[in-house]
Amino acid sequence: MSQQLKSERLMNLVICLLVARGYVPKSRIRRIVGGYGGQTDEAFDRMFERDKEELREVGIPIETGSNDPFGEDEPGYRISRQEFELPEIRLEPDEAAVVGLAARMWQQSGLAEATSNAVAKLQAAGVSADTRALDVVEPRVGREEPAFWPLWEAVRDCRPVRFSYQKPSSASAERRHVQPWSVLSWHGRWYVLGFDVDRDDSRMFRLSRIVGDVEPAGPPGSYEMPPSDEVRAAAIGFSPPEPHDLPTATIRVRRGAGHTLRRHAVHVTPDDEPGWDVVTVTYSSLGRLAEEIAAHGVDAVAIEPEELRTRMVSWLSDVAGAAS
Amino acid sequence: MSNATRRQPRPDSASSQVARLLSMLPYLRSHPYTRVADVAQLFGVSERQVIRDLRVLWFSGLPGLAMGDYIEVDMEAVEGEGTVSVSNADYLARPLRLRTDEAVALIVALRTLRDVPGTFEREAIDRAITKLEHAAGEVAERAAAVQVEVDADAVAEVAATVREALERNRVLHLSYWVPARDETTERDVDPMRLVVVDGRLYLEGWCRRAEAVRLFRLDRVAAIDVLNATADVPGEARPRDLSAGLFQPSPGDELVTLDLTRHGRWVADYYPHESVEELSGGGVRLQLYVRDRPWVRRLALRLGATGRVVDPPDLAAEISAEARAALAGYGVDVQ
Repeated sequence: MSQQLKSERLMNLVICLLVARGYVPKSRIRRIVGGYGGQTDEAFDRMFERDKEELREVGIPIETGSNDPFGEDEPGYRISRQEFELPEIRLEPDEAAVVGLAARMWQQSGLAEATSNAVAKLQAAGVSADTRALDVVEPRVGREEPAFWPLWEAVRDCRPVRFSYQKPSSASAERRHVQPWSVLSWHGRWYVLGFDVDRDDSRMFRLSRIVGDVEPAGPPGSYEMPPSDEVRAAAIGFSPPEPHDLPTATIRVRRGAGHTLRRHAVHVTPDDEPGWDVVTVTYSSLGRLAEEIAAHGVDAVAIEPEELRTRMVSWLSDVAGAAS
Repeated sequence: MSNATRRQPRPDSASSQVARLLSMLPYLRSHPYTRVADVAQLFGVSERQVIRDLRVLWFSGLPGLAMGDYIEVDMEAVEGEGTVSVSNADYLARPLRLRTDEAVALIVALRTLRDVPGTFEREAIDRAITKLEHAAGEVAERAAAVQVEVDADAVAEVAATVREALERNRVLHLSYWVPARDETTERDVDPMRLVVVDGRLYLEGWCRRAEAVRLFRLDRVAAIDVLNATADVPGEARPRDLSAGLFQPSPGDELVTLDLTRHGRWVADYYPHESVEELSGGGVRLQLYVRDRPWVRRLALRLGATGRVVDPPDLAAEISAEARAALAGYGVDVQ
């Protein structure tokens, strides 16, 4: 039952600070909020401090101040209605429908609770966003990496972080110091974009490559967040550049196979041998192309350049020898 | 700020209960005689929790207030008819402001939805974003804190065709590439919905060939046509429950062990796996469940010297045989 008593006390404290005109002195709070009476001075102080802290954590803005401009009065507390209440919001039916649909996106993620709280608040404000209606588009975002939360909090609070980062190309993890700007999902994977303090430049890090905990590396608010459009532009800057003037390669591909090679082909012509095509592709990395051709096994054979053929033979020989 | 814990109050803590009540009260004021079950659903808690929440209200109020200012909850109706009514809560007529994470979650989801190709509702989405940003105030400025990119460009036309078929209720014909077998299959599909998971687009529909509900990744659609036939999704067709994720091991799957050098570590990033164990020299040993052997064969061929299958042995032998056969295409004969 103590949980119920505490909830009643917190609720009464909120009502007390909300309905009062001006700041309510602590002594008065102690007198009128049920649950504070009958406590020793020390116990009341502890209780009151903790209650305020907990209410602030769930987003209730409790302000401290004095009604007396000269500050002669005992300092008091209040909840400003303007800071407390969701402003008027009216959504047209089509707007409410897309909000309801969008809210389903986070259902399996750690933002699920925040989303349902937001929808509940909107509903309470008179918006009818139905998140259960079946629609022809169903958006989802899967589970985030564990590093999502500390990084999201860091972005929210403009708090620098440090973490160990394992690049696939290096043998051991490196310590990185970052001012995070944004956590983003790109091609189904989570990244953090931010300013890398050691490299003195913006960098993008894959969350799954962060080893161990993300730790704070400074107080909240210790860096300036670039404007939203700049952050978005920086994120786009990390996607691969548009290719141009790329070399071409030709590959014999069995008909009905080699979808990934054909999809990016410059042209496809039938081979002299029935059942085969000659596929011409452009490439930016010979190694990548060799891997792609190798994946097709007997269904794809590189014709030129000669360098590609040589690469294929050594690549496939490694695989052929691997089992022995 | 440890990775394991989120400093979020538990839903049954006193402060969460109060936060919930501050939304529940204005909701109940504007929706009299709401069913307890509906309140529970909206707030994502159990019906018992809703009743516990309402009991808190029962005793809320201040001695300084006039009698008529006490919040009144008709607990008899709650326990009898299962409906809720409150009165006299005039000073709690509006819900709390959106917190940063709440505003960000909604705005980011709307932006993601907006980027889905074939979305007709762009204009409504833009209006909703503007209104939400306005209502959320300064916390909305953090909305770039999370971004979800949608793989849109390559599949825009396919997505638009799917939307058209959904709007007109028409059957779709697909030439669909099956990666495990590297073959393109032809099928007629009664479309059900467009699913966007982690920014990737899928058509969910009744596949007439498989006689089952299937998900088709739009970037694997080689050709798509709207047929002049009315779609007819059978009554037994149910949309896939996406809550467990798209890729779940099924009983027939085979456990495969791969040794990867540090240049092959990307495999651990790309594919769901059962276990990963560090090897000396920066490599890893990975265990994953595999449905189709051809898929692992292709993966192993792609990996070359950067990774190899160590178990099961007969699969390893199959892969090496395939590599030898491929080498024959270059006139190389390996014993």
